[in-house]
Amino acid sequence: MFYLDHAATTEVRPETRTAMAPFLDDSFGNPSGVHEVSRRAKNALEEARERAAELLGAAHPLDIVFTGGGTEADNLAVVGSALADGKRGGVVTTAVEHEAVLSSAVFLDSLGCPVDVVGVDGQGRLDIAELVSRVGPGTAVVSVMTANNETGTLFPVREVAEAVRAAAETVPVHTDAVQAFVTEEVTFAALGVDMISLAAHKFGGPKGVGLLLAPRHIHLEPVIHGGGQELGRRSGTHNVAAIVGMVAAMEATVTDRIATRKRIDDIRNDFEATIGAALDDVEINGDLDHRLVQHSHLRIPGVSAETLLIRLDQAGVAAAAGSACHSGAIEVSHVLAAMGRSETAAAECVRFSFGWSSRPTDGHEAAQRVVAVARDLR
Amino acid sequence: MKALVAMSGGVDSSVAAALMLESGYDVVGVTLKQWEGENGQMPLAGCCTVADSEDARRVAAQLDIPYYVLDYVDEFTTKVVDHFGEMYVTGKTPNPCIECNRRVRFNVLLDRTEALGCDVLVTGHHARVVRGDSRYHLMRAVDPTKDQSYVLHMLDQEALARIRLPVGEMQKSDVRTYASRLGLRTALKPDSQDLCFVGEGSYRDFIRARFPDAARPGPIVATDGAHLADHDGLVDFTIGQRRGLGIALGERRYVVDLQPDTATVVLGRKEDLLAAGCEVDSVTFVSGSAPVDMAVEVKIRYRADPVPAVLQGDSANGWAVRFGQPQRAVAPGQAAVFYRGDEVLGGGTISRAFKSQETDYDR
Repeated sequence: MFYLDHAATTEVRPETRTAMAPFLDDSFGNPSGVHEVSRRAKNALEEARERAAELLGAAHPLDIVFTGGGTEADNLAVVGSALADGKRGGVVTTAVEHEAVLSSAVFLDSLGCPVDVVGVDGQGRLDIAELVSRVGPGTAVVSVMTANNETGTLFPVREVAEAVRAAAETVPVHTDAVQAFVTEEVTFAALGVDMISLAAHKFGGPKGVGLLLAPRHIHLEPVIHGGGQELGRRSGTHNVAAIVGMVAAMEATVTDRIATRKRIDDIRNDFEATIGAALDDVEINGDLDHRLVQHSHLRIPGVSAETLLIRLDQAGVAAAAGSACHSGAIEVSHVLAAMGRSETAAAECVRFSFGWSSRPTDGHEAAQRVVAVARDLR
Repeated sequence: MKALVAMSGGVDSSVAAALMLESGYDVVGVTLKQWEGENGQMPLAGCCTVADSEDARRVAAQLDIPYYVLDYVDEFTTKVVDHFGEMYVTGKTPNPCIECNRRVRFNVLLDRTEALGCDVLVTGHHARVVRGDSRYHLMRAVDPTKDQSYVLHMLDQEALARIRLPVGEMQKSDVRTYASRLGLRTALKPDSQDLCFVGEGSYRDFIRARFPDAARPGPIVATDGAHLADHDGLVDFTIGQRRGLGIALGERRYVVDLQPDTATVVLGRKEDLLAAGCEVDSVTFVSGSAPVDMAVEVKIRYRADPVPAVLQGDSANGWAVRFGQPQRAVAPGQAAVFYRGDEVLGGGTISRAFKSQETDYDR
């Protein structure tokens, strides 16, 4: 089996599993208690927070808010900023953001918050001046993803943050770095932003846990209300095992990142070279000069993505297209629509994505299966 | 051999998948996403719902077969739902299940079976495909109370060669017993009744909202032309309808004609409903040609019994059927399906009923 859907989720790293085990066993405490069992959990939680802060270059561990995943982190950053202090603040974002950001913007719009969504060009690139021109006195947050979850296109987040700051010093810039963390340097220093969202399961951690890095001076209206955990920014009993597992995965990811990146780059290049040599007219979507090494988002003209994915599944290759709706049918991607792809073209696009556990021969061997199926379908 | 099973989430298609496995096929299950709510999700009510696709998915998991949802929303909307509305606009009484079979299921899906890596397409329809010496025969189901051969009359030899209908060989009660024995969660699920795309509310409300032309007001007149009342749209009327006419007359009156040009509803007596025959469009024959003696039994509604009739015409000039005995409430838009005994010979869509013994073909 060739698993080429690491962008959807990836295998749990062994370091994660080891780190989590005690908290699924005798260190089961609720960190909010007074007794020894709780204390053990609380200590692990705060150690994890310190370690995460260090890895991300945060000024203080308490600037990290543990959440129930990347979607929740994005909601807290976008909705939380716009609604902070009882205001109806504005949001400026891009048309290719993850639904976690875009649907939050739609929700805010329904509450009367001004929402500005900036488009991209045919390669998914952003016009920074255009984005900055939308930032005004009513803007509460700018949200620009680090790398696109479908095409892998990298945005110049650092430049965006600098330009926004030059135009409106107090407006916080948020980035969804969920897809980027596994192979790109994600720190305050590298990205120059004010808030960063991460999701553990994209880099070998467990599902259902993530974090928002948001310095405490940024006012956030909570989106989850309750017992006041995480300085009131995110209520709910801490999922200690998952949080500890996530931070172990972060640590392992950062430690191997340069090597992983090189390995994945080679695998992806083999993959694209094999396909490009065997099939005519294959188009690679995204900004080829600024792209995550793990993504290969291809259009194979004349081959329906839906049919291709089903045939690849039967041939032992797991890949993805667009975004799956609840029923499992493939929806036309808003990212490809924003890039000006026709519905017909978008319906022929498939995302292959590699990850930390990809084997060196995966690129070439999986590509051969893709070629065989695509030839049969053409 | 590999079978693509169209799984609706009902018991029949669940068992169809299990039977194909039992007879040695590799099986792939699919559900067609045919309709969606405004949020782009599958609808919550009707028969093509999220809950149904989850049932299909769970059955596929129990059977340990791959399962996929295929997006046919665009095709279903244009080829089935829009057609359904247009028929009402023109005063006809459509059968969308037949159009779905003709234009989507046994058309684009059947044509895609091979691309999806499969050799045959399987559905849970109650009808039988029998391979004869020289050709395939389409037959009524073993269970006469569940027979769906009427909605499959458009299948031709090329289609039948690639279609399997395994539950047509079983009594419905045996289908449920079989599902129970395998522990399939759909074993006791009620048969679907509603049109899959209508959801909550009546199909008439659905049509009013989506096809305003079908809801344009017009006069209700007697057969002699006398004005009786006004109505709020042809969509509320079907040939043969007696109840819900909205007017009180001294005697029983029935809808005997719908005239779309003027949105006129004509009421008459029971005998005014009698037709000697009907013209039939889009006629196909399972064998590829009409029976030599032109003698058939024709079924003019899903729930009607077949009656003896004679075919007239040919593929160049169009087809008509003349009933052995006059028939009541022959509604344009419904299918006229030709049988001989248990065998489906073919059929088409009723375009016009004629009252007298004369037809265009006698000229």
